[in-house]
Amino acid sequence: MRRLKAILAASTVLCATAAAAEGVKLEVTHWWTSGGEAAAVKALADVFGEKSQNEWVDGAIAGGGSTARPVMISRITGGDPMHATQFNHGRQAEELVEAGLMLDLTDVAEAEGWRDTINPVSLLDSCTYEGKVYCVPINIHSWQWMWMSNKAFADAGVAVPANWEEFVASAPALEAAGKVPLVVGQQDWQARGAFSVLLVAIGGTDLWLDIYANKNAEAVRGDAMAKVFEAADTARNLSANSNVGDWNLATAKIINGEAGAQIMGDWAQGEFAVAEKVAGEDYTCLPGLGMNEVIQTGGDAFYFPKHDDPDVTAAQKELASIMFSREAQVAFNLKKGSLPVRGDIDMSTANDCMRKGLDILASGNVLPSSEQAISQDTEQQMRDLFIEFFNDKSLSTADAQERMAQLIEQAD
Amino acid sequence: MQTQRPNALFRNLTAKIAALPMIATALFVFVGCTLWTVYYSFTKSRMLPSDKWVGLQQYERLWNTPKWQIAVENLLIFGFCMMILSLVIGFVLAALLDQKIRFENTIRTIILYPFALSFIVTGLIWQWVLNPDFGIQQVVRDLGWQSFEFNPLFNPDIVIYGVLIAAVWQGSGFIMVVMLAGLRGIDEEIWKAARVDGIPRWRTYVFIIIPMMRPVFVTALVLIASGIIKVYDLVKAQTNGGPGISSEVPAKYVIDMMFGNQNLGQGFAASTMMLLSVAVILIPWAYLEFGRKKHG
Repeated sequence: MRRLKAILAASTVLCATAAAAEGVKLEVTHWWTSGGEAAAVKALADVFGEKSQNEWVDGAIAGGGSTARPVMISRITGGDPMHATQFNHGRQAEELVEAGLMLDLTDVAEAEGWRDTINPVSLLDSCTYEGKVYCVPINIHSWQWMWMSNKAFADAGVAVPANWEEFVASAPALEAAGKVPLVVGQQDWQARGAFSVLLVAIGGTDLWLDIYANKNAEAVRGDAMAKVFEAADTARNLSANSNVGDWNLATAKIINGEAGAQIMGDWAQGEFAVAEKVAGEDYTCLPGLGMNEVIQTGGDAFYFPKHDDPDVTAAQKELASIMFSREAQVAFNLKKGSLPVRGDIDMSTANDCMRKGLDILASGNVLPSSEQAISQDTEQQMRDLFIEFFNDKSLSTADAQERMAQLIEQAD
Repeated sequence: MQTQRPNALFRNLTAKIAALPMIATALFVFVGCTLWTVYYSFTKSRMLPSDKWVGLQQYERLWNTPKWQIAVENLLIFGFCMMILSLVIGFVLAALLDQKIRFENTIRTIILYPFALSFIVTGLIWQWVLNPDFGIQQVVRDLGWQSFEFNPLFNPDIVIYGVLIAAVWQGSGFIMVVMLAGLRGIDEEIWKAARVDGIPRWRTYVFIIIPMMRPVFVTALVLIASGIIKVYDLVKAQTNGGPGISSEVPAKYVIDMMFGNQNLGQGFAASTMMLLSVAVILIPWAYLEFGRKKHG
């Protein structure tokens, strides 16, 4: 079945790429469509345009990763592959690599010494399958942040908290001032992310690794985890009146001071930048909820579906090499608000929050992202559990804890 | 000489040849793909189909998943209410329109209009109408009714009724038109005879007209039922399954599993369950409905 698909895929590709005379047109698909994201992609395409004879054809797919990924996957398996495509690094594209549909980049990676310059090395490991490199990590996005509105806390007459416990203590004042203390939107990954951040902040890095890397279900049933679920119970009570759907609308509530805090990844920074807010003055960022400063090394990577035309393959490898170059890394990540994947570049123009992230990264306090540790199936089941937990008060912490333990037991 | 009986297989040969492509399509697409789906629902297929046989494991997981349980429960509530409301509203509207009123064309067009909108648009419209901050709730409050509360989309207990309102708004106009066509098909003489016998109007409707309209009701029923079982886009646009997972429906579960979870096996198991439940209802009914006609 798989082999048949690969053959079918390969045969259609032949016709599609015959028209490569001078520069090869490389179609690059991704799901970066918001203002800051589009600017970052343009910066990347510009660097490529300067350095290469080949042409970048932008194939943005609107609607976010969960909409874009099925389109990308069905194009690759259906025999109409693009030339390069975004996935989150981790296991999302694992089966496509196993099926032999992706281009092996090992020669580029070895020639340029990716392993020596990449930081942390785990990024390259999650691109590696059976000793071969199949993707280019392009940025690091970390979940471990809480964003707070200085205005909301000033209105409530309390100081901006420095950690989760202080925040919980200040919540009644926020509520009295008519603010939503903690805003969590209705997208399932938001609730799931908020819980994971609480897990790392309160339970600690080791507990996280024990659960996700070792798949230890007994750790989920333990007392340390019960504390995390208690904190999550507090969080769902504080976020009860969020009445909001998309994450950026939730961030907007922080920007205009309607809500006190939001637990969200560092991509929220793009929203603050678009609204021309200054870190430290208008908003405060708290890595690891002020309890456990750590950076989670999730993020985006580019994969290159296999094509038969040697010109196309050469152009794909050139693109891979440029994406990893210092120049592209700086240009792209400054616009995107994400951290670069190389340890050897100058990010002096980064803002306060980004610098905090870089410092934590340099100190080596890193954690893989859950996408690197568990399959998309398990990840989605977790999301279903936590979106239910945050919205249904009748689901007790003990029941939710047991259900999470079962998911970890079945995880693969 | 004996006249040769024509072979039954070759009778009407041209018609049969003309129907061949459709027969092939039906066999390959409907039957073939259905069998393929059922087969792979017993495997451990993830992003790509695989042949690793796991027996009933996918079904065990399916029925132990709260998201699926809620989806099935929602479909039952939604289906039951939708069926009754569409038929009742559709028929009453049609009966009212059938009173030889003025501007019938205009009114019919207005009532049918929502049907011209896709479920996505319907879902978005009703998401805004039911939004507590600027929809019905806020309008009534602005009129001075400060304690008025109508916020179905953010209340897990009643969110499915919020979806139901949108579905009835969208669908009942069409059912009305089907019913109206049925009412127009009733012979005027029947009405006259009923009037001569002094039967009240409502009794004429309930005991004479409705039984005569049986085929129309069957058509309407099939149309509504197929709409219910495949409801996906409305929920996707209006609530996206939320708040939490309280407005999930089976079709959405299937799509989520196949593409979101990258777990084809689980998605196939869910769609096989959907097929099975439809078959359990449909086969005995079709047998009674069509089988009887043939013999009787």
